Order: sequence, then structure tokens, then C-alpha cells
Amino acid sequence: MNKAILKIENLTTSFRIGNKYHAAVDDVSFTVAENEIVAVVGESGCGKSALALSIMQLHNKLRTKSEGTIHYNGQNLLKLNDTQMNKVRGKELGMIFQEPLTALNPLMTIGKQIEENLDYHTSLSKDEKKQRTIELLTQVGIPYPERTYKQYPHELSGGMRQRAMISIAIACNPALVIADEPTTALDVTIQAQILDLLKDIQTRTKMGIILITHDLSVVAEVADRIVVMYAGQVVEMGSVKEIFSNPLHPYTRSLLNSIPSATHEKNRLHVIEGIVPSIAKMDRVGCRFQDRIPWISKHAHEERPQLHEVDKGHFVRCTCYKQFYFQAEGDESTHDITQSR
Amino acid sequence: MWKFILRRLVVMIPQLFLLSIIVFMMAKAMPGDALSGQELNPNSNPAELDRIREELGLNDPWYQQYGRWAANAVQGDFGISYTHKTPVMDVIEDRLWNTVFLAFVTLIFTYMLAIPLGILSGRYNDTWVDKTVTGYSYLGFGTPIFIFALIMLFIFGFALDWLPSGGSVDSKVDEGTFAYVVSKINHLILPALSTALIATTSTIQYLRNEIIDNKIKDFVRTARSKGVPESNVYSRHILRNSFLPIAAFLGYEITGLIGGSVIIETIFSYPGLGQLFLSSVNLRDFSVVTAIVMMTGFATLLGTLLSDIILSAVDPRIRIE
Repeated sequence: MNKAILKIENLTTSFRIGNKYHAAVDDVSFTVAENEIVAVVGESGCGKSALALSIMQLHNKLRTKSEGTIHYNGQNLLKLNDTQMNKVRGKELGMIFQEPLTALNPLMTIGKQIEENLDYHTSLSKDEKKQRTIELLTQVGIPYPERTYKQYPHELSGGMRQRAMISIAIACNPALVIADEPTTALDVTIQAQILDLLKDIQTRTKMGIILITHDLSVVAEVADRIVVMYAGQVVEMGSVKEIFSNPLHPYTRSLLNSIPSATHEKNRLHVIEGIVPSIAKMDRVGCRFQDRIPWISKHAHEERPQLHEVDKGHFVRCTCYKQFYFQAEGDESTHDITQSR
Repeated sequence: MWKFILRRLVVMIPQLFLLSIIVFMMAKAMPGDALSGQELNPNSNPAELDRIREELGLNDPWYQQYGRWAANAVQGDFGISYTHKTPVMDVIEDRLWNTVFLAFVTLIFTYMLAIPLGILSGRYNDTWVDKTVTGYSYLGFGTPIFIFALIMLFIFGFALDWLPSGGSVDSKVDEGTFAYVVSKINHLILPALSTALIATTSTIQYLRNEIIDNKIKDFVRTARSKGVPESNVYSRHILRNSFLPIAAFLGYEITGLIGGSVIIETIFSYPGLGQLFLSSVNLRDFSVVTAIVMMTGFATLLGTLLSDIILSAVDPRIRIE
């Protein structure tokens, strides 16, 4: 395994609602190595984006607190002040946001928005910055970089905007890029292009990527490892191969079942009943997924479920997976999915 | 861009034509005419008054009167004031400049207050700074301008005697001297400040809300993710976007002030258009009234155009083809 770039240990991020703090990211630990794409998956409200923003320290500090450690380059990012963090953000850690129209300033040209990154982290001259920006635009596959440099976000298509967004994130050659649902707002053909581009840049620069998504087909295509989150916790973690071929946690299995398949004949899409509990009303003692799998007996769940290492590098939370594993025999769809890929 | 402005100016012609008919008819619909007051004078001769009416064409049908008036108005001649016995344009000219100066100084005061207070209030929302500014805003919304102006007049014009309490210039100074300019400005401060202190509150709240809206926008988060220091996040991203609607509003704001404020000009006995308008209505000085309303109407149309031009200049998403 390559050298770890980012090491998250027991990260807990809580939001203040009224006078109480509620954890949206609860005791999350994982590492990202260089040249590795780690996918964080889960449905909406699972704390994926909250996790991304915690790493970048972009939460509103008045209403959020983060505990635990995020090791980067020998320092704990959570202990840095704003000035120190500003030297890391943009330079060492880049971020790609979900909706490229709203994530770009409507009143600034694309060129200026990319250059802004260079303004604070490099000592390049004005001409060099422009040159570098054009170079970046070329790198992300924008056909007329000179023209796009002078254009405003609303003049570009969604895919082009997301490419511009990517060039902002990689402008200073960061060691790690966090991509928060980079393809969600794009149509399917563009999604594939953007993913290829990310993969391509990653192979060239050897940077690490945290890819946050709810789309498992995206994950299968590009990721090396998967972190499955549910209700703020990591419920399963392992290599892509391992998770797709041997998913253990009932939540992971449900997610995989929910992928619509073009080859497999199915009348209805698989639906996971219920919703993710809100952070204020969450049961913080027992297994957080148990309400959505009522057919599994209460006794099968662990009190204060922990992550168990079931195989090398494959972790799963709560013992309920064992029960599920035996009860759900005849459920072949998970295998179909891996085969269809 | 130039084509657009030209087109808008051409469209104004029918608009002004329509406005002129309505204004003319409404002014004619006022009971009585400029000679009605004379009928109460025991020395006047009713037959003589009728003769004058006939001579002035006041007994003709309205469309004939309108035709005569419009033909002259197009050439910039709005007739002769019945009360002042001088061409309407001469009567209006001095007043107009007074009003324009007052409007200009009022605008400066308004924005000098609104911009820093709005920024402070928006940036540090829900802190004591914001609560103080918002408290002031509510007070400003709730205070009637005529009460407030009277209080200002009493304190600064009378009790403390720092500033002149009325007029637009000291009668003792000669035109063209430096002392004349100073006196003009001195006379402007009190009415301008009184208006600004009240009028600024809506701009403050507008700016505050824009900033609060903008600072949680995605592109602001993107800026932070680039490592942009907080002060630059404000100056380069949040503030520019927050000023857009306020810049666009400037055009309308100017129009509103050109019309003149009857209340402020009356309280400070400031000889501006608003005051002239009110006295002309009372005296049935028909030619002055129509001229002022036409000018205000024209200023409104220009103000709308100005707002559109400003907006297209500051917002790249709005480009006028």
C-alpha cells in the first residue's frame, strides 16, 4: 500500500440545534493513501458531505464542533487556526463541489476564479498565472481555453463548468482532492466523461481522491476502496472488489440491490424502506439501521455496535450481518450486480 | 448596447405623448382656473375676466388647448406662468437645480450610512452590532419624516443653531463667490441629512439581507475551499454580489429624489420643485403644474433606463443585445 496522505481518526462532527450538539459524523476513521481513490457512499443525510466539509474545515464554526484528529502531513487539521488552514485549503487539499453552477461565482470570469487559487498559494507573476490557468483549462479538456478564460460561468454548459471546477481544485497540485458528488448534477454521458477525467488526472498526478457519492456504479468504475456510511457512522469498509463480491452489512447489501440493472429483468426497483433518522432523533446506542430491517430479530444486533475486521482490510459494524447473511439466502441480486460489471 | 439605449429612447416618445394627454386633462379637470381667484376680488370686473379667458384661449375645447400647448412644449416652451408672469422654464430652472443638489447630497448621505452599516449588520448578523443597526432601522421605518425633520430642525437649526433653518442660500452672499458655495452647502445639510437618516434604513436592511443570503451561497464556500482569507471572501465574493440589486435600485432612487419632496422642502422652506409644485396647484398655475409633472414623468422613464443600464454593467448575466 502507498504512503498514507490523510489519516482520519475518531472524527466526530456535531451541529448545534437549539442548545444541544448532535453528531452528524460519528466516530469516523479511515485513511487515504496517495494514488488512491476512496469512495464514501451512503444515501442523503448519512453525513458524507458533513465529513467532507469537516476535513476542509468549511463548517460554520459557531454552530459546529469537530473532535478527533485529521492527520495531514504531520499536523492535525482540527488544531489549525484559520490562517494556517487557509495555507492548506486550496494548496494541499482541493475540493470539487456538487453543483457547478452555484459553486462558481456568477460575477467572476472562469479565468479569474482559477487564478484566485494561484493568488494565495503561489508567487507567480500575472502572466505566469494566466499561462498556468490556460494550461489547467487545457488539462481538464476544455476545447477553447483562451476563450473560456474570459467567459462567465453562465456561458458554459454544465459539463464545462464542472471541468472548470476541477481545474480550480487541482490548480496548485494538491496532494488530495475531495470530490463531493461531482457528477450528481450532470447528465449521464457527461458523468462518464467527468469520471474519466478525474481518474486520468489522478493517474497522472498520483494524488489521493475522496469521492463522495451515492451512485454505486460510479464507485465500481473508479474507486479503489469503499467506505459505506449510514447515519453518520462507517458501517462497512473494504476494497471495491471485496464490497461488491462479498457485501456483509445489510445496508451495503440494500444499496447494492438498489442499483437498477439493464440486463437483469426486474419489474420494480429495489427500495430500502424508511429514511435515515434525523440527527436529533437518532438512537445512539443500538444499531442505527435496525428500524429499517424489522425482519431481523432485535437480539441479532449488538449493543453499541463496533467495527469488526472480518477479513484483511474489510470492516463491518454490528453483528446483525450474520443473521441477515443466513436469512437472505436466495437473494442473488448482489451477485448479479457484480457479474454484470 | 447603444442600439438598446436608442430603442428605449424612441419607445419613450409614445409613452411621453400618452402621459402628456393624461396630465393635461387632469390639470384641466382641476376646478377653477388661474383667474378664479380674481373673481373674489371686489375690484375685478367679471366681464373683463371673461374677456381675458377668451383671449388666453381658456374657453376653447380641450383638444385645441392641448394642441397649442403640445406644439410649444415639444420646442421646450411650456408657456408662461400665470402667477409669476415669466416663462415656466425660468420659474422651474432655479428650483430644479436646488432639487438636484439636494437629491445628490441626500444620495451621498444615504449611501455613506447604508453601506458601512449594512455590511456590518450583514457580516456580523445576530450579534449586538447587528441588533443595534436593525434597531435603528426599525426606528427609521417607524418614524414619520415630518416629525423627524421638525426635531432635527429644532435641535440643529434652532436650539444649537449650528445650521441655517431655511432657504437654499444666505441672502447676504453674492453669487459666484466661495462664500456662496459654502452657504449653499450649509443650507443643504439639514434637509439632506434628515431625509437620509430615515431613507437609508431600507437600504441598510436590503444590503444586510443580501449579505446574509450571499454568505451561505455555494460559491462562497468554493472561495473558502481555495484558501481565500475571510476578508477577501467578503470583498471579492460576498459584497460584489450583494451590491447588485442596490446598484440597480439607484436609478429609481434618483428619480424619486428629482421629483422633490414636498414635506422636506416645506419644513425647511427650501425652494425646490416639490414646494413649487404644491404652491402651483394651490394657485391653479396650470402651466407650471403640467411642466413639473411632465418632467417628473420623463425623469422616471430615464431612471428606469438608467437602472437597466447599471444592472447590465455590473451583472455579466444580464447583457443587453
